[in-house]
Amino acid sequence: MLEVDGLNVWFGEGATHVDAVQGARFFVDEGESFGLVGESGSGKSTILRAITGLAPGWSGRVEVDGRTVYRDRRDRRFHKTVQMVFQDPYASLHPRHSVDRVLSETLWLHGMDRIDSRVPQLLEDVGLGPKFRFRYPHQLSGGQRQRVAIARALAGEPRLLLLDEPTSALDVSVQAEILNLLADLRDERGLTYVMVSHDLSVVGHLCQRLAVMQSGRIVEMMEVDQLRRGQADHPYTRALIAASTSGGRTSRAAE
Amino acid sequence: MREWLLSDAPASRRQARLGRLYSGWLTFRENTLAMLGLGILVALVICAALAPWIAPHDPYVQDLATRLKPIGTPGHILGTDSLGRDILSRLIWGSRITLYIVTLVALIAPVVGLLVGTVAGYAGGLWDAVLMRITDIFLAFPRLVLALAFVAALGAGIENAVLAISLTAWPPYARLARAETLTIRNSDFISAIRLQGAGPVRIITRHIWPLCLSSLIVRVTLDMAGIILAAAGLGFLGLGAQPPSPEWGAMISEGRRFILDHWWVATVPGLAIFTVSLAFNLLGDGLRDVLDPKSGGSQ
Amino acid sequence: MSLLDVENLRVSFDTRQGVVEAVRGISFSLGQERLGIVGESGSGKSMTGRAILRLIRPPGRVGADRIALEGEELQSLSERQMRKVRGRRISMVMQDPKFSLNPVMTVGEQIMEAYLLHARDSRRAARRKALEMLEAVDIRDPERVMKAYPHEVSGGMGQRIMIAMMLIPDPRILIADEPTSALDVSVQRTVLSIMDGLVRERGMGLIFISHDLNLVSEFCDRVLIMYAGRIVETCDAARLHEARHPYTRGLLNSLPRLDQPRGRLEVLARDPAWAEGR
Repeated sequence: MLEVDGLNVWFGEGATHVDAVQGARFFVDEGESFGLVGESGSGKSTILRAITGLAPGWSGRVEVDGRTVYRDRRDRRFHKTVQMVFQDPYASLHPRHSVDRVLSETLWLHGMDRIDSRVPQLLEDVGLGPKFRFRYPHQLSGGQRQRVAIARALAGEPRLLLLDEPTSALDVSVQAEILNLLADLRDERGLTYVMVSHDLSVVGHLCQRLAVMQSGRIVEMMEVDQLRRGQADHPYTRALIAASTSGGRTSRAAE
Repeated sequence: MREWLLSDAPASRRQARLGRLYSGWLTFRENTLAMLGLGILVALVICAALAPWIAPHDPYVQDLATRLKPIGTPGHILGTDSLGRDILSRLIWGSRITLYIVTLVALIAPVVGLLVGTVAGYAGGLWDAVLMRITDIFLAFPRLVLALAFVAALGAGIENAVLAISLTAWPPYARLARAETLTIRNSDFISAIRLQGAGPVRIITRHIWPLCLSSLIVRVTLDMAGIILAAAGLGFLGLGAQPPSPEWGAMISEGRRFILDHWWVATVPGLAIFTVSLAFNLLGDGLRDVLDPKSGGSQ
Repeated sequence: MSLLDVENLRVSFDTRQGVVEAVRGISFSLGQERLGIVGESGSGKSMTGRAILRLIRPPGRVGADRIALEGEELQSLSERQMRKVRGRRISMVMQDPKFSLNPVMTVGEQIMEAYLLHARDSRRAARRKALEMLEAVDIRDPERVMKAYPHEVSGGMGQRIMIAMMLIPDPRILIADEPTSALDVSVQRTVLSIMDGLVRERGMGLIFISHDLNLVSEFCDRVLIMYAGRIVETCDAARLHEARHPYTRGLLNSLPRLDQPRGRLEVLARDPAWAEGR
């Protein structure tokens, strides 16, 4: 479904040139969920932005569904195949557009018919009732906004969904709801996910395979089962595992 | 009704939109000064609309026998000018000219500025460089001097004055719109709509304009005082409305000769200009609270 | 004697839709211990910290039967006296160091200013003290960091500088409001253990406000769990995982865990009765 090879991404030119990603290489099979893990500045989100064309400076080979993606040209078919969900639900919805307008416009852009009946259907798919249709973002909670953002991404019926930290801005109980929703949607629609996260346990929950990134490079690729068993080769991965599991145990000695 | 408007779960597009307007109005209403400004402007509009009926005299009829009567003269509450014309009537008729100027400028300058600014900000690169340098050239001249040059070239008259003021007023709006566009351009919701395959024209007109518009409206209302003053200034210099037109700036200009002995002839239109300018400023302040995009329209 | 006693604290906001009660009558006391306040966004946990320091601005309103710092009622103090309490006796570390540090002043100047505001001392002494403090928060090259501007330091370093700045006047209580939420996981723990060490060394009281149950259970002695402006449960941090209240249990169970894979995560079913107390 997605193949990335020798991907370099940079920002700025000349003196301000910064390499954000260097030589990234991975593939994702149809129906698979793949995680990209790393800390802020490791370049994990940048990879998604390069694929979608939001980060213009990149070189390398990117193939989506067997078709090569070019740097400055993305056709309707690309947008119908690949969609993205952003990290911050407070920034990813237009503050002056109602839910109805966001979804109708997206459906219209994808050339869908029967828009008026599809909007309530989309809302239902993401677990929001019809009463949310005419609300504005400021009338929604963070979790509800993220559901709208997911509905928007699903409007064009894509097959590959890029998830950029979709739950890191949410409360844990809401995070559970969104992760469940994403899992359900994947099962219903046979979606392929690429999920970026700093949280190993979230990636471990939703994905089958993952790549660990550090300062722009992929340092380790592993199966989630390996991750669970703590079989990491790279010291950085081991440090991440330690940091994300130590809290789970109540092994703190009495002081 | 109030509950229906403020409902958190509107059932239709219309209810949602009206609800937004209503909660904006509620915020606005809390600001007493802004309401005062709005009141003055509404009064001005009513005056202008009803001028033929409420003006006690014809603004052009001269009566040299009653020239330069002071304030409080029976039949001429605000006195008369050097040609014996009733100042109150001239003020009332003059409000039409003021509104005419204000409306035209408010329609031309921000639209040009919005267009130039958002295109420059969104397209970036060469477009940005060219458009912004043109803007800089316009900004580099003192406003009134540039307007003077335009009027001198185009000929005196109220339409040309409006044109000249608009041509000098748009660059700040372009700068403002560009700055807003630059911050909006990289936000996630613009990225999201780009990923749906929306083209630049759609993004600029449907997604960026609505967000720039509110700060532009505030800015225009706050600048309105300056525009009225510029129009009055051109009138004062004899390059705007031509006598015997009762334009307020021209009225001050005529009264200038008698300012020491007959102060009211220049002062009364001056006060009118002051009041209307102040009203626009107060209104602008109130609108800023309502339209601030960061507050999301209602809280 | 306890350091801080709070009784029946209420915070409310007047909005157009009516009065919104953010904190609805909570009571607790703090000794020389590390007290965690956990809750989701909107639970009133941050408002609690701010209300104690009287940092809530209109239209917010604060009321309490008692807010006593070492026996002294804070509510009867004037704004001027309150300014002396803030920083000297109770300090606060906020979430994001980027917004808490002044971008146009060097780190050194800011720390020294924090010290000189509360102590009558020479600049030379203040400088020595600032250097000492930076060393105490494990900054290896304090001389260089003193001359740096906030944008030149990393997030973790920035938060350590904040801690240094907040602890330099030797306060009795430190309120840390999500001090590590903006930081990467690997840095989080370093910052927390530095804070933890300093607080214990000086016998201070720590109020640690966070949404992260695991973090709190690790770094605190006692935990208050807040929901909808009330404290629904108080328990020993070490025994947090044995918590009984359904809300706490729900929160714990909704976390995905690496060591216990599950097909679906448990979703919190909110019971309106929780908001009414027990």
